[in-house]
Amino acid sequence: MIPAEFDYVAPQSLDEALQALAQGGEDAKILAGGHSLIPLMKLRMSQPSLLVDLRQLQDLKSVNADNGQIRLGAMVTHHRVATGNFGLASAAAATIADQQVRNMGTIGGTLAHGDPASDMPAVLLALEGSVVIRGSSGEREVAANDLFEDFLTTAVGEGEILTEVRFPRLEGYGYGYEKFNRRQEDWAMVAVSALVKKAADGTCEDVRIGLTHMGSVPLRATAAEQALRGQPLTAESIASAASHAAEGTEPPADLNASQDYKRHLARVLTRRALTTASE
Amino acid sequence: MSATAAEPWVGKPLKRKEDPRLIMGRARYIDDINVTGQLWASFVRSPEAHARIVSIDTAEAAAQPGVHAVYVGNDLDLEAPLPMAWVPPGVEVKNPPHWALAKDEVHHVGDPVALVIGSDRYAVVDAAQLVSVEYEPLPVVVDLEKAYEGGDLVHADLGTNQCHEWSLGGGDLEAGFNAAEVVVERRIVNHRTAGAAIEPRGVLADYRAGSLTLTSSTQVPHFLRLFLALQLGISEDRVRAIAPEVGGGFGSKLQIYGEEIALAWASRKLERPVKWVESRTEGMLATHHGRDQIAYAKIGATRDGKITAYHTKILQDLGAYLMLLTPTIPSLGAFVMSGVYDIPAVQTDIVGVFTNKMPTDAIRGAGRPEATHQIEMMIDQLADELGMDRLELRRKNFMTPESFPHETALGVVYDSGDYPKALDTLLEMADLDAIKAQAPAGKLRGVGYSTYTEICGLAPSRVTGPSGFGLQTGLWESAMVRVHITGAVTVYTGTSPHGQGLETTMAQIVAQRLGVDPQNVEVIHGDTGTGPQGLGTYGSRSTAVGGESVARATAKIVEKARQIVAHQLEASPEDIELIDGKFAVKGSPDKGMTIGEISGAAYIPENLPEGMEPGLEELAFYDPENFVFPFGAHGCVVEVDPDTGNVDVIKYAAVDDCGPAINPKIIDGQVHGGIVHAIGQALFERIHYDEDGQLVTGNFADYALPSAADVPSFDLDRTETPSPVNSLGVKGIGEAGTIAASPCITNAVIDALRPLGVTFINMPLGPQRVWEAIEEAKR
Ligand SMILES: Cc1cc2nc3c(=O)[nH]c(=O)nc-3n(C[C@H](O)[C@H](O)[C@H](O)COP(=O)(O)OP(=O)(O)OC[C@H]3O[C@@H](n4cnc5c(N)ncnc54)[C@H](O)[C@@H]3O)c2cc1C
Repeated sequence: MIPAEFDYVAPQSLDEALQALAQGGEDAKILAGGHSLIPLMKLRMSQPSLLVDLRQLQDLKSVNADNGQIRLGAMVTHHRVATGNFGLASAAAATIADQQVRNMGTIGGTLAHGDPASDMPAVLLALEGSVVIRGSSGEREVAANDLFEDFLTTAVGEGEILTEVRFPRLEGYGYGYEKFNRRQEDWAMVAVSALVKKAADGTCEDVRIGLTHMGSVPLRATAAEQALRGQPLTAESIASAASHAAEGTEPPADLNASQDYKRHLARVLTRRALTTASE
Repeated sequence: MSATAAEPWVGKPLKRKEDPRLIMGRARYIDDINVTGQLWASFVRSPEAHARIVSIDTAEAAAQPGVHAVYVGNDLDLEAPLPMAWVPPGVEVKNPPHWALAKDEVHHVGDPVALVIGSDRYAVVDAAQLVSVEYEPLPVVVDLEKAYEGGDLVHADLGTNQCHEWSLGGGDLEAGFNAAEVVVERRIVNHRTAGAAIEPRGVLADYRAGSLTLTSSTQVPHFLRLFLALQLGISEDRVRAIAPEVGGGFGSKLQIYGEEIALAWASRKLERPVKWVESRTEGMLATHHGRDQIAYAKIGATRDGKITAYHTKILQDLGAYLMLLTPTIPSLGAFVMSGVYDIPAVQTDIVGVFTNKMPTDAIRGAGRPEATHQIEMMIDQLADELGMDRLELRRKNFMTPESFPHETALGVVYDSGDYPKALDTLLEMADLDAIKAQAPAGKLRGVGYSTYTEICGLAPSRVTGPSGFGLQTGLWESAMVRVHITGAVTVYTGTSPHGQGLETTMAQIVAQRLGVDPQNVEVIHGDTGTGPQGLGTYGSRSTAVGGESVARATAKIVEKARQIVAHQLEASPEDIELIDGKFAVKGSPDKGMTIGEISGAAYIPENLPEGMEPGLEELAFYDPENFVFPFGAHGCVVEVDPDTGNVDVIKYAAVDDCGPAINPKIIDGQVHGGIVHAIGQALFERIHYDEDGQLVTGNFADYALPSAADVPSFDLDRTETPSPVNSLGVKGIGEAGTIAASPCITNAVIDALRPLGVTFINMPLGPQRVWEAIEEAKR
């Protein structure tokens, strides 16, 4: 478990970091919590020539929750998200691995990395949040919907840094997070995030369902959302909507979970997450 | 009153003496040990499961800065292939040559083909990637049952994939099955697992001035010295093997590995110390695996539940080569195939089969978990068939407490046991049925039991040795006890503990007999350069065999001490006993001598009995008359989520009997670890090769070891039935939990699923498999 040789810098400012990335070229990589990158390097599946460590950038560790909008610096750890009282995002972050990983891993790192088995991407999708990306030519905001392009491929380009994560507080929504894994501290086989807004008459005014590990990118269960929107929030209508949760998905299969089994899990977990979100 | 009646150290739940250094990072593992002038090694391993080596080009690797040498298989002029220690009389065991580096053909992914040595730990790994090997792929054999039937061959020159056939039986099987009114047959799979010690293997070979010192993360330093001498052609007196702190083994370090031999060879060749530490990926690929057998079990009984016959045919997946004990493992289970039951006819027929995978060998329990899993599942299956309560069926067939020592149909003599008592104790301790009855809505709960025994305390040499079972070694143990002039004590044991707490257990045995504090008894182990020879730690032998030899050496010390005291107090040695920490004359305890005072007299020999040698130091070798047979009863409750197939163990209770407890806390710890190990196999862990022979589960993300969060807190109790075999009355406990627990869990899952129509299921009980079984039963 010995990585290939690499150089290391820990710049003091975002500009310095961007500069270091630019000079390092295509083999330079950002180091955030290191809890995805370093394992890949040890397996030599990733062999960066330069690591640009963001740990000194205090600005990227800020948390701002004013005006119904939550803004998290990219270097905010999973632990801080889990304990920050951010509703669905906190519930999901609390399920990431164990305390050691949550103390190191960052929200920016997991979103920039784009592993479909990780928890936060589908949560951001369901929250309809966005990220801020900084490059040498300036800053842009990218909606969650446009962030995840393919397996381990995101809109964060070469030489760019994801600096901030934004999502609305979504007052009036209930939420549910259902993660199914083999061991307590494992990655999700499948996970489902659900947000439900109940109308005064008890029907479903709005619903958003995010699916984790059901494709090469995080997904929304749009067929299930459509089936529930406007319906009364009864056990029957929820079960009926949940039966559409896996429609159109091509989940990646592995030794422990076939495609069929994952689709089945998606339906079961969607029913459970919607039930919790509707309570 | 006997001399053991002083401080009652034996039986006390002392905290382990070794733990402060382990917990505070003061232990020295192989990775912590470095010597001046040391070089580093990296192995190039085959990515192919089966291939001919067409060519190996080492030039580019050898030209890298810092690289000293690159060796391939034919460079290593060793005296013999790697050892295999079993030659069962009258049985042909086909043993294809297995070299430290593969020579012409590779037979499993991870088979080493070249060795790169250089001055920098990192550079050798980089250089190893530059060794270019051309392989010509050959057909790959993965599936055990297909390999057994024939077709593609792992070793073409053997003409078969079948390595050996071995049987053990007793009683009239035909008559037994004829007498049966009910016969149940099942195919029981016990899948492949890894030892997964948290400390990977590592080796530091240091050959200088004609002598070799080899430090290795091993369970068997004494065997290692022997085989290093034989393989390298060095006289044994010039080889020293050291096991430093070893971070777990579970059998996976009961081995003579090619890496150990290759590093020793290279160190001699280069006259430089050479070190290698395994990566986790290498460990999963190239540290021996365990289990991996399929049993076709058949049990017969009368309608009223008396078992009349039991037969199993076992296919054992050996992997690609025979390592130290590879083919013997299923046979170890055969000796206790009928478990705790009095069955008049029992037979086990084993066929060892080669496949293109890493060899299997001893992993915690080695053969006995498989045997126990089979019989305990078959008992539940039979009870189901008979419509009889499973515990009633067990009780009906238990060997009775009065029948011990009990000779089974196989001719094996179980030393002592009280199986009904263990089961009664378990049932008093935990009302599992009540917990089952409280299942929350939508969940299914099931109860499982396992009443088990096992055979351990590996020894007796007469039985296990060349003309008996066929191991080419004795299996005695040794100990040397040295009382220093201050009364402090050093104990040298030939066992090689690596997590079992033996430094504490053995200190308690000595302290009790000498009237000292266990804190002042240091136990030294794991170095062939100190103390007497021994045979290592495995097979739950270290207390029953090693501890007994410590007790015997200590008894010799006590004998000498009494003579010295009797001489000085002008009394008779028979009247001297240990009272309140002093060796004193019976009836006048104030006039006595502490062991420190006695050793003072022994080392400043002004007033010793006529003709007595000075000093206070004794050696004992011990080879028991029989094995020991721990036993117990385990019970658990599992909760199954029928929607997802998820299984949670919500209650686990265990009663184990390993004779009189020397240290109950250590016993509990061993049972805890043992149960977790088996829960791991039953629910989570699995070594899996795909159809091309590629290892799919090569790291701890894919190979799912359970953590504390995945298991419940255990309820433990003990019964204490002394063994007549040794003076301590003790039996082994390191493997017992693992041996008992996998059928307990599996039976509980079946119990939970029965209402859905699932009546049988094989491990590993991952959620998908459980869900599929439920779906299948619906059809
Ligand atoms: C044992 C274990 C279990 C885990 N279990 C889970 C789990 O259950 N659920 C889960 O979601 N995750 C899990 N993880 C992953 C963990 O959450 C990681 O921390 C996270 O996915 C990546 O975040 P990081 O800060 O560690 O990123 P790093 O590993 O440092 O970086 C990951 C990638 O993103 C890039 N990157 C990082 N930050 C930025 C940035 N600001 N801008 C641009 N690019 C950036 C890096 O260059 C790299 O390519 C687990 C990890 C481990 C080791």
